[in-house]
Amino acid sequence: MAIWLMDLALDRWRQVNRLARGEGADAAPLALISDTAHGPRIDAVNPAARAAGAAAGMRLADARALCPALAAVPSDPAGDLACLEKLALWAQRWGPWSALDPPDGLLVDTTGASHLFGGEARLLADLAAAFGQRGFAARAALAPTAGAAWALAHFAAHSRAQPAILAPGDDPMRLLGDLPVAALRLDGDVITVLRRLGLKRIGDLVGLGEGGDPAAARDALQRRFRNRKSPAANPLIRLDQLLGLVPEPLLPVVAQPMPLVQRQVTEPIRHRALLDRVLADLAADLQRELAARGSGARRVELLLWRVDGEVIMRRLELAAATRDPAHLIGLLAAKLDGIDAGFGIETLRLCASWCEPLHAAQADIEAAAEAHGTTLAGCLDRLAVRLGAGAVTRPVPHPSHWPERAQRWQAPLESEPASQGMLNFHQRPLKLLDKPESIAVLYAAPDGSPQRFRWRGQVRDVVRVEGPERIAPEWWRERSTARLRDYYRIEDSCGARYWIYRHGLVGDGRGGAPLWFLHGLYA
Amino acid sequence: MSRFSPSLPVPSVASSYPGGARRAAARWRPGLASQPLHSEIFAPGHQACGAGLALALARDALKAAADSADAARRHVLWVQDRAAIRLGGRPYLHGLPADLRYRVIHVATTSPEDALFAMEEVLKCRDLACVIGEVAGNPRTLDFTASRRLSLAAERAGIALWLVRLDAAPDLSSARMRWRAAAAPSLPPRWNPTAPGAGRWHAELFRARAHLPGEWMLSDDAGALRAERVSPLAASPPDHGDLAYGSGARSLAAG
Repeated sequence: MAIWLMDLALDRWRQVNRLARGEGADAAPLALISDTAHGPRIDAVNPAARAAGAAAGMRLADARALCPALAAVPSDPAGDLACLEKLALWAQRWGPWSALDPPDGLLVDTTGASHLFGGEARLLADLAAAFGQRGFAARAALAPTAGAAWALAHFAAHSRAQPAILAPGDDPMRLLGDLPVAALRLDGDVITVLRRLGLKRIGDLVGLGEGGDPAAARDALQRRFRNRKSPAANPLIRLDQLLGLVPEPLLPVVAQPMPLVQRQVTEPIRHRALLDRVLADLAADLQRELAARGSGARRVELLLWRVDGEVIMRRLELAAATRDPAHLIGLLAAKLDGIDAGFGIETLRLCASWCEPLHAAQADIEAAAEAHGTTLAGCLDRLAVRLGAGAVTRPVPHPSHWPERAQRWQAPLESEPASQGMLNFHQRPLKLLDKPESIAVLYAAPDGSPQRFRWRGQVRDVVRVEGPERIAPEWWRERSTARLRDYYRIEDSCGARYWIYRHGLVGDGRGGAPLWFLHGLYA
Repeated sequence: MSRFSPSLPVPSVASSYPGGARRAAARWRPGLASQPLHSEIFAPGHQACGAGLALALARDALKAAADSADAARRHVLWVQDRAAIRLGGRPYLHGLPADLRYRVIHVATTSPEDALFAMEEVLKCRDLACVIGEVAGNPRTLDFTASRRLSLAAERAGIALWLVRLDAAPDLSSARMRWRAAAAPSLPPRWNPTAPGAGRWHAELFRARAHLPGEWMLSDDAGALRAERVSPLAASPPDHGDLAYGSGARSLAAG
């Protein structure tokens, strides 16, 4: 549905000056003007001025020549746009969302909503009555596409021959074909070009005139406007939008209610300490309110209602968006010095009239960690971020008797895999080298216990030995040539104890003379 | 830096040990209730006696300070840098004491800086039993400032840190207790006299804020720390421990 507010600027001017239509200053010729490089230009004129010959778009001097009594009032386009935004939100009573169509139109999506008003005709009547009550002259039209609705709202006669409603089943060209090409929302220069080409009506564009060929007409327009990409400059795009052949995205207006928190106190506040206390509560409420919508306040207004009806207002502007209650209270407290509480303050309101997006930040994670300590998971996360995920691990048993394979490393907080209880027949070393280190061993017999060994360049005497503990390779995992290990627990002359093994046996047919390795260190 | 705020609860000697400096000159013994929270153990890199002693002391301290039912399930963080892993290997699940076996979380770092970061970071965590660190040599980053940071972090969190220094010279440090450990001939086993027995360590407490220096033969007897004084007469340098002032009066910075 498209709504055209025909006299938006003048209607607003009348409302600002509390005038009814055609009375008071409005009875005399009047024009709203804006200053341009070539002098004041008329934006809108009232009916009296129009009768005297003035029209929108004229220079004020020309209009004054026609009508010397013409009064000039500066127009307010920014105020008109703000009013249009408010009206767009208000127009959501007829449909779930609405869009602005500046400078003086609205588009409302009423799909599936008209039955709530008793049909489309009644919806339009309701709309006309509602806008009439608010003092706006409005024309509205309903159509399946925004372009068609706009054309009907602006250019249809709204008579029996040209109704304001285009039903989905109707042939659009039957209703729209007679409308001028300006109904396509084209730029002024394009309309001029089309007029010079003799294409005055929409029907002419699609080749519906006498002796026209639709394909040839479209082809000719395509060639004429082939380098115009903007919809407002290319009548074919506008035509397709009108017919619903190409989509036309619209930017909906969404209401952003101002974050506002309020407290009413049963006993009027007369002392500053209490006021600060309530203010702290309000600031905490405002923080929750702002955090919920992911924004921070740039401007905060504090309103205090006194018992005797006075309203005290304090305004605070912030350099950057914030919602930190301590920061807000600290700044507001400085503004509250010397406040006159009178007989007491009964209502307090804090509102953030200007907000900016402020994403949730972990501002105090360090402070919280300093004060209470981190959780284990948080601590491990920090470690993993700096050291890499594989650096923080936890040993878990694995069903294997092969020493390296009997323990696995997994992520620290994962649950432990199910495992059999361990049989503590043998003492295992406290620490295991990542890779067994080769040692040179002096022994009495090739398959006997070691007597002396050299490791990392130092010769150590073996004082005590226990072993061997023979650990056979896992044939279901290893190749058949894998050698067994004979492990010895040994202690050297200074008391250090090691876990060493002989890799293989003499004459096992799986390699040469067996080598010795040091694998673990006992505590 | 906020961590050096004046409200930092650093327990002074006098507050931790009622009785003041006189009382503070007491000998260290196993099972003391209030153990200092940052200790260093200097050990040779080719033995696992440093880690063994650290574990034994940690278990002793945990047993003395078992405050809640939750304490037996808290994790033990074991931080090693790459050089320490290369020297002494990683902890082996089946060789760890049974009560700690399933509570160890291992942190392997590539550099001593990362190991210091990891130790300081885990000391901020409230859900830990203790932290064992192993750093090899005397890295430039492990200076007095770094050790002081570790001491403050440990005291703030109330979590004990046992820092094993492999093949390191005792340089400046703010550790509250500094041990020098070496392997000692093991206890004779019950059945096989030719086999190595349970481990025993020759531990020398050479700097402590609250205790006199001394030497002990320490061993871990199924979770209980057994200490045996090494006779001062047997040691070649005379031990003037009983004649010296309480060590709390002296600078502890230099080893």
